[in-house]
Amino acid sequence: MTGPRLEMKNIRKEYFGNKVLKGVNISVEPGEIHAIVGENGAGKSTLMNILFGMPVIQSTGGFKGKVLFNGEPVPSSSPEDAMALGIGMVHQEFMLLPGFTVMENIKLNREPTRPNLWSRFLGSKMETLDIQRMRNDAREALDRLDLGIDEMLKVAGLPVGFMQFIEIARELDKNNLQLLVLDEPTAVLTESDADTLLETVKRLSEQGISILFITHRLDEVLKVADQITVLRDGEQVATMSPKEATVGKLAELMVGRKVQAVTRKDNCETDMECSEPLLSIRDLHVEMPGEELHGVNLDVAPGEILGIGGLAGHGKIGIANGIMGLYPSTGKIILAGETVPLNNPVAALNSGMAFVSEDRRGIGLLLEDSIEMNIIVQAMQSQGKFLKKGILQLMDFEASRKHSEKMIKDLDIRCTGPEQLTRRLSGGNQQKVCIAKALTLEPKVLFVSEPTRGIDVGAKRLVLNLLVELNRKAGVTIVMTSSELAELRSVCDRIAIIYKGRLEGVLPPDDSNERFGLMMAGALTHHMKEVS
Amino acid sequence: MTSDSRGQSKKLALQETEAKAYKERIWKYYLRKNVVPIFFIVLCFFGGYYSGLSLPFLINEIITRMARNSFLVISLIIPILAGMGLNFGIVLGAMAGQFGYIATANFQMAGFSGFVVTTLISIPLSILFGWLTGKLFNQAKGKEMITGIILGFFANGIYQLICLYFMGNFIPIRIPTMLLSTGIGLRNTLDIKSMHYALDNLWKIRINIPGLIFPIIIPVFTLLAVAVLCVAIHFLIKTKLGQEFRAVGQNRHIAEVSGIKVDKIRVIAIIISTVLAGIGQVIFLQNLGNINTYGSHVQVGTFAVAAILIGGASVSKATIGQALLGTLLFHTLFIVSPLAGKNLIGDAMIGEYFRVFVTYGVIGLALALHAWQARQKRR
Ligand SMILES: Nc1ncnc2c1ncn2[C@@H]1O[C@H](COP(=O)(O)OP(=O)(O)OP(=O)(O)O)[C@@H](O)[C@H]1O
Ligand SMILES: [Mg+2]
Repeated sequence: MTGPRLEMKNIRKEYFGNKVLKGVNISVEPGEIHAIVGENGAGKSTLMNILFGMPVIQSTGGFKGKVLFNGEPVPSSSPEDAMALGIGMVHQEFMLLPGFTVMENIKLNREPTRPNLWSRFLGSKMETLDIQRMRNDAREALDRLDLGIDEMLKVAGLPVGFMQFIEIARELDKNNLQLLVLDEPTAVLTESDADTLLETVKRLSEQGISILFITHRLDEVLKVADQITVLRDGEQVATMSPKEATVGKLAELMVGRKVQAVTRKDNCETDMECSEPLLSIRDLHVEMPGEELHGVNLDVAPGEILGIGGLAGHGKIGIANGIMGLYPSTGKIILAGETVPLNNPVAALNSGMAFVSEDRRGIGLLLEDSIEMNIIVQAMQSQGKFLKKGILQLMDFEASRKHSEKMIKDLDIRCTGPEQLTRRLSGGNQQKVCIAKALTLEPKVLFVSEPTRGIDVGAKRLVLNLLVELNRKAGVTIVMTSSELAELRSVCDRIAIIYKGRLEGVLPPDDSNERFGLMMAGALTHHMKEVS
Repeated sequence: MTSDSRGQSKKLALQETEAKAYKERIWKYYLRKNVVPIFFIVLCFFGGYYSGLSLPFLINEIITRMARNSFLVISLIIPILAGMGLNFGIVLGAMAGQFGYIATANFQMAGFSGFVVTTLISIPLSILFGWLTGKLFNQAKGKEMITGIILGFFANGIYQLICLYFMGNFIPIRIPTMLLSTGIGLRNTLDIKSMHYALDNLWKIRINIPGLIFPIIIPVFTLLAVAVLCVAIHFLIKTKLGQEFRAVGQNRHIAEVSGIKVDKIRVIAIIISTVLAGIGQVIFLQNLGNINTYGSHVQVGTFAVAAILIGGASVSKATIGQALLGTLLFHTLFIVSPLAGKNLIGDAMIGEYFRVFVTYGVIGLALALHAWQARQKRR
C-alpha cells in the first residue's frame, strides 16, 4: 500500500477557551508503532479522542484540523464511524460493563447472531445471540493474549490487570482492525504483563496493523516504538525515531527541564527488633478474584515504609484490599493493640487507615464535583475536618481552600484551580486527586497501591517524595504495593514479597536484583525467610 | 508426619467452618435480597386468613386479576433493563388503549372482533405516544422517573381536553349516549358491554372441585396472552436488541463508545413499553366492561409500579418472575385487605387506607432506596 495509514494535520482543540492542542501533526504508516508521550494533561488522550470521534469532543465544540485515513478524509463524528473504518481504541478509563461477562464485553455490539422467524419481519436487531460463537470468538481473542481467564466470568470484581487485557482482547477481536489506539495500556499492568502486551503489540504491527501507543513508561517506548511524538502542553515539541532518543532526552523534552531519575533516598534504618508492631496481620485470607491470599502473616513497624511486591496474580494487591474491607476476607488485623473488624470498610477507615486503590480509574472520584470537594469530602464526613465549630457544622471554606491549594501544588495537579470539575481533568491528574484525598485523612497507616501508575516521569518523583515526606515528617506509616520493583526499592525500608498468596519473605531494599527475582519466582529457599 | 497430619485436620476443620460461614452468608444474602416479597407473602397469608373469604372465591378473584393486570406490569420490564427506571409513562399507553375503545364503541363494534380492532387502533397511537415519551426522556437522562410522573399529569390534561371538548366538537361521535347531554364531551362512564369479556369468554375452563360450591374459572386465552408475552419478553432479552438494552442500562457512555445508538435504543425501549401497556389496558378494560373515562388510566402507572416492586424488582433490575409474583401479591392484598381490616378492626376503610398506604409506601421506599444506592456508589 502507498501513503500513510493515518495523517492528522494541524489538529487544534479548545476546552472552554483552554487550548489543549495547538497544531499537532502525526503521520502513521501501516504496521508502524507510533508512541505518544507527554506529561499529565499534555493533550494525549484528547488527540486520541478526536481520532476516535468520542462524543466529548463534539459536545465541547469540536476541533480544528484534518484527519486522513488511508488518504481519505475521515467523517469520524462518532466512535461507530471510526470503528467502521477499522480504528480500534483502548481508552484510558475502563470501557467494560461490570454486569456483563468477559465474553459479552468482548463481543459488545459485535455479537454474532442467528436469524429466526421474527428477525425476518422485524429486522436483524431481532436475531438471537449466538452464545456459543460469542464464547468461541472471545476465547480465541483471549488465547491470543495468553489469558487463561474464564470467558463466562462477570467483569465486576476482576482485578484491574485482567480488565486491561480484556479490553485489548476486545479490540483484537475486531477483524477489520487497521489502526489500534492504546491509551496507557500498560499503566495498570505489572512489568511481566506489560512485556507480554508489548510482545503482542509487536506481533500485531508485523501483521500490518498500525499502533498508536500512549505511555508514561519511557523505556517501553524505546523498546517497541518506530516513531515517537512528544507533546508538551498541547504543543508538539518533537517527533523522532527511538534511535535518536534516550529516556533522559525524552523526559527532558516532555517536561521542558532536566528530570532527576528516581533514586534511592538517604538510607535510614528502622530498628525492627525493639519496636512493637503498629499493625499486625495474622492469617489473612482474601477472596479477590485473580489475586487471592491464602494466609499471610506480616507485621508493620510504626513509622516505616513497608513495600509489598510480587508478580501479578500472586495476591500482593489482595492485602490492602482485604484489610480495607473491599473483598471478603478472614483472619485477624490488629492496629495499635486493637482488633479491626474485617469486611467492614467503614470500620477500617475509622480505625485510622486509609487506602489509595490501584483501581483509581473505576472508583473513588465524584466526577461531577470540584477537585476541592473530592479532596476534602471524606475527611469532612468521617472525621469532621473542615467544619466550623458550632451546632450548624458549616463548612470551613477558607481552610478547605487552603488545604486543596496546597495539595494541588504539592502533587502538581494540572488544573485551572480547585474549583475545576474532576471530570475535566486528564486521567493522570485525576489519579493525583485520589492520592490527595487519602492524604487528607491523615491516617495512622496509609495503604497505597501502585502510587505512580499513570503518572508522568516528572510527577512520579513528586508523588514518591511526598510519601517519604509524609512518613518522615508526619510519622505516617505507609504500606506501599507496587509492581515496579525499582520504585519500591527507592522509598521502602523493607520489602515483603508475596508468592502464591503467601508471604515468601522480606528483603531489605538494597538486596541484589537476583535475590529479588528469585524470591518473586518462589525460588529462594526457606532458610532465607525472615521471621516476622 | 504427625505434625503434617495435624496440619491436615486443622485445615479440614478450617474448611468446614468456612463452608458453614459461607452457607450462612448465602442464606442471609438471599433473605436480605428478597425481604420485600417475603414480607408481602406473609402479609397476604395473614390478610387472607382474617378476611374470612373462601378459598375458591379468593382463587377465582386472583386468577381474574392476574389475567387482567399482568400485561400492564410486565410492560415495565424493558425500560428497567434499559436503565430508564420505572416507566411511569405507561399511563400514555393506557390512554391509547382507551382511545381505541372510544373509537370502536363509536362504531358499535362488538365481541372479539371489536376487541381485536381496539387493540389494532391502540398500537399506532401507543407507538406515537411512546416515541414522544422516549424523545422527552432523552432530554432528561437520569431523571426519567420524575419526568414520567409529570408527563402523566400533563398528558392527562391533554386527554381531558380531547375527551371533554374535542369529542362531539371537532371529533364527530355517532352515538349520542356516549356524550354528555350538551352534545359536547364524553360522559364519565363509557359503556363497552358489547365487548365485555370479549377475550376472557373465548374459552373458559370451569374446574369443579368436589366439596366446593363455586367452580374455579380459568379464562384460557387471556392467560395465554400473558404467557405469550412472557415468552416474547424472554426471547427479546436474548436477541441483539435485548443485549443492547442491557448494555445501555448499565452504562450509557460505554454503550455509546462501542457504537450502540443509545438514544435510539432508549426510545425503542419506551415504545415497546407503551405499546404493551396499551394492549394491557385494552385487556384490562374488556374484563371490566366499562370505562371510567376520566379515571381508568390515572392509577395505571402507580399500581403497575407498586406491583413490580412488591415482587422484588428494583429501579434497575426486574425479571418476568418478579413481575408475575408482584402482580399476584399486590392484587391479593387488594382483595383481602378491606375485609381483613373490617374483621380485625371493624372498619373496611382501615384496610383500604392500609392498601393505599402500602402502594405509595412501597414506591416511595423503592425510590429512596435507589437514590441512596446511587449515592453509595458515588462514595
Ligand atoms: N472534558 C473536558 N473538559 C474540559 N477540559 C478537559 C476535558 N478533558 C480534558 N481536559 C483538559 O485537557 C487537557 C489535556 O487533557 P488530556 O486528557 O488530553 O491529557 P493527557 O495527555 O491524556 O494526560 P494524562 O497523562 O494525565 O492522561 C487537560 O488540561 C485537561 O484538564
Ligand atoms: Mg490521558
